[in-house]
Amino acid sequence: MTMTLDLPFIWAGLIAVAVLAYVLLDGFDLGVGILFAFIKGEKNRDQMMNSVAPVWDGNETWLVLGGGGLFAVFPLAYAIIMPALYAPLMVMLLGLIFRGVAFEFRWKTKRGQFLWDWAFAGGSTFAGFAQGVALGALVQGIPVADRAYAGGWWNWLTPFSVLTGVALVVGYTLLGATWLILKTEGEVQDSAYRAARWVGPATLLFILIFSAWTPFLNDIYLHRWLAWPQVLLVVPVPMMVLISAALLLRGILHRHELSPFLSALSLFVVSFIGLGISFYPHIVPNSLTIWEAAAPENSLGFLLVGAVVLIPTILVYTAYAYWVFRGKVKAEGGYH
Amino acid sequence: MVVFDALSLARMQFAFTVSFHIIFPAFSIGLASYLAVLNGLWIWTERSVFLDLFNYWKKIFAVAFGMGVVSGIVMSYQFGANWSVFSDKAGPVIGPLLGYEVLSAFFLEAGFLGVMLFGLQRVGRRLHFFATVMVAFGTFMSAFWILAVSSWMQTPQGYAINAAGQFIVTDWFAVIFNPSFPYRLVHMLLAAYLTTAFVVGAVSGLHLLRNRHNEATRIMFSMAMWMAAIVAPIQILAGDVHGINTVQYQPAKIAAMEGDYETQAGAPLILFGIPNPAAERIDYAIEIPKLGSLILTRDPDGIVRGLKEWPVDQRPPVSVIFWSFRVMVALGMAMLAVGVWSLVGRARGTLYEARWLHRAAIVMGPSGFLAVLAGWITTEVGRQPYTVYGLLTTVRSASPIDAAAIGASLIAFILVYFTLFGAGLFYIFRLMNKAPQPSEGELAPHEPIRAGGIMPAPVMQADAAALSTNFGA
Ligand code: HDD
Ligand code: HEM
Ligand code: HEM
Repeated sequence: MTMTLDLPFIWAGLIAVAVLAYVLLDGFDLGVGILFAFIKGEKNRDQMMNSVAPVWDGNETWLVLGGGGLFAVFPLAYAIIMPALYAPLMVMLLGLIFRGVAFEFRWKTKRGQFLWDWAFAGGSTFAGFAQGVALGALVQGIPVADRAYAGGWWNWLTPFSVLTGVALVVGYTLLGATWLILKTEGEVQDSAYRAARWVGPATLLFILIFSAWTPFLNDIYLHRWLAWPQVLLVVPVPMMVLISAALLLRGILHRHELSPFLSALSLFVVSFIGLGISFYPHIVPNSLTIWEAAAPENSLGFLLVGAVVLIPTILVYTAYAYWVFRGKVKAEGGYH
Repeated sequence: MVVFDALSLARMQFAFTVSFHIIFPAFSIGLASYLAVLNGLWIWTERSVFLDLFNYWKKIFAVAFGMGVVSGIVMSYQFGANWSVFSDKAGPVIGPLLGYEVLSAFFLEAGFLGVMLFGLQRVGRRLHFFATVMVAFGTFMSAFWILAVSSWMQTPQGYAINAAGQFIVTDWFAVIFNPSFPYRLVHMLLAAYLTTAFVVGAVSGLHLLRNRHNEATRIMFSMAMWMAAIVAPIQILAGDVHGINTVQYQPAKIAAMEGDYETQAGAPLILFGIPNPAAERIDYAIEIPKLGSLILTRDPDGIVRGLKEWPVDQRPPVSVIFWSFRVMVALGMAMLAVGVWSLVGRARGTLYEARWLHRAAIVMGPSGFLAVLAGWITTEVGRQPYTVYGLLTTVRSASPIDAAAIGASLIAFILVYFTLFGAGLFYIFRLMNKAPQPSEGELAPHEPIRAGGIMPAPVMQADAAALSTNFGA
């Protein structure tokens, strides 16, 4: 018997991990950006920005890994998804530019500071919304003909994708608020608790609507989620959502510091797994499977060598850095 | 009113965003190495002035690097968005190479950058120096991979074409070390060093004019002028052998750069003139007889092929690259002139008094950026009408996207880039406008630890004493 590795499958897994890492990590720092619009006061905002400042850049690089990885190993999927989601992706990129430079520029001026505060808040909100819209459009499915996108230029804009756009902004805000609960104290923490009391339940509501709506988008999803006996296999997903939701609400109400953040993360992880269940084995939903979109074996293998060495190193380093950065942030900067 | 089609808009968008992007790497590749040198000199000589210079340039590096990152993220989505057919077809070859670029940038950012920017007090000198060297190495690795991609598109080899019409790799070594890659890598790295040297030269020239007794200013001026004097001639040589390589693989490009329409033996070197593509000649040409053949074939009577050998639709746009090439070469000569001038000043012992030299250095501050842009325009426009030379045309590479969508995003990019990067430039100029001070601070005191990747700073602050014994600081 010879050992053969299913490289497209491995790579689909790696890219899914990169995207999940991006959503979780950049999710909370985008959320902090979104909350900038609601939490006032220079000291408070200094403190908020400081809580994500040392990690945001590393967080965002997962996005490059997701996009670059897609190009590298599923070039056909990349070539179809990017044009199909052109408008939301451009908005996302522009939003990310605004908030990215705000991290540097905000500290370089007093008079112009409010401008960079807005760039930070606005950029984060637009980026989150655009990512949500892109996700919604992807879930709806992308028509393909002759190795190219075969839909119209406004296909991405539907009630469903607007819903997912808003939902992701709300979800990121929840991640941001629970992160601030964990990392700050005093006024900022109080505001974060207040925000979490709103966006926590709102996030759950959106998950509910999304889950109720998705199966009816097409037969594949319907079959996957509601046909007997498969339903037994997917039942753990809603169960996990319920458990996380309960822990989240309890944590917020009892003013726990760590459990709201962890349960918010776990809501995202479970929802992501749910999406994976809907998508698999497609990479361009309902049009292309991961095997159809994959580059030839030797391209996959060539990059895998580097990925296998570097991604774990990066993960370990990231985990270490987060551990090092444990503890509360003060407005004056620095950690203690 | 001019109406653009989707293809020209896509090209304009790509050219605009990548031109903006290259400005920052060109500077940060050079500056990262300069920082490593300053750091090394500090450890070696123990003279605090080198630490002051390190801290001074580090602040500028942080801002420039930040802008490089955000403009780079845009680039990794541009391929699929605007060149989807190209992405599908060439993806199996260049995708993994770009993947390695991303991994090297990521590796660098997730770790060493933060230590370099904020970590000196916390990790001790040696680990900090190591981090600085690794940052420089990381920018080099980024350049290595991205230039492998770009060079493969110019001189493809090591590939086959599969049933779906995709390029697939038969030999990775041949793909990466394709014929134009070594030349392009050397030429680009030297370009980055020169770019940085002339920025450093301009800043120190300015401060010498204001106060010629600041030791830090004198040192950086001297270092910048050594770079100019040594690297500029090497760069000209590198450009020359790069050209020989291009004669071999892309003769039509060379013909357009030189402005040669006729194939001839003993071709002249056209210094200046105005290309007239309609009449297929260069008007008002100022030429040096036989020098063209001498440079390109190493023989004054060698045969140089002219553009008329190719059908019109296979020629690159002559007017653009005829000029961009001359701009680059002229700037290279001007850099050499400044380098020689500084040697004369040095020999006479007037390096720090020669006010005209200082003024010239200020004027030459942006020369590196201009030469880099001119060089890339020559290379890229000269590749037309192909994206993968001789194999895949630009027309067939583009995404099937509405002109309106591309046009709208192009306008958005132009507005956003000019405002945001304008602001960044303003902050950089403000930093540069201050002379380096003795015991130049780290980042401004109220500034937090931020940007520049994840880094394990605080714990190290707490345990600085313990760590410094470990790392021997
Ligand atoms: C010769 C050098 C060079 C060239 C030609 C390019 N780049 Fe670049 N790029 C760099 C040298 C570099 C760098 C020095 O490594 C940067 C600058 C700042 C940084 O973070 O790394 C970088 C950053 C950078 C990033 C940000 C990575 C991150 O830090 O998150 C991306 C995604 C790209 N580049 C992608 C591209 C693409 C798609 C290019 C081609 C069209 C390109 N670069 C041309
Ligand atoms: C970073 C410096 C670079 C600059 C300033 C630059 C400049 C340009 C310009 C001016 C064009 C337009 C040519 C035309 O349409 O007439 C272009 C096109 C293009 N370049 Fe580059 N380029 C750079 C690097 C790269 C690299 C590293 C790659 C490959 C990874 C690349 C790939 C392309 C592609 C795909 C096109 C579009 C198709 C085309 O018009 O040729 N470029 N570039
Ligand atoms: C005066 C002497 C110079 C000569 C003869 C020269 C020659 C060349 C040639 C032949 C090319 C390649 C075009 C192609 O075949 O694709 C090139 C590209 C380029 N040049 Fe120069 N060059 C000179 C000076 C400079 C200087 C001073 C800089 C910047 C500081 C520079 C930056 C570049 C860049 C960035 C490219 C594009 C990348 C590449 O293809 O290497 N050059 N140059």
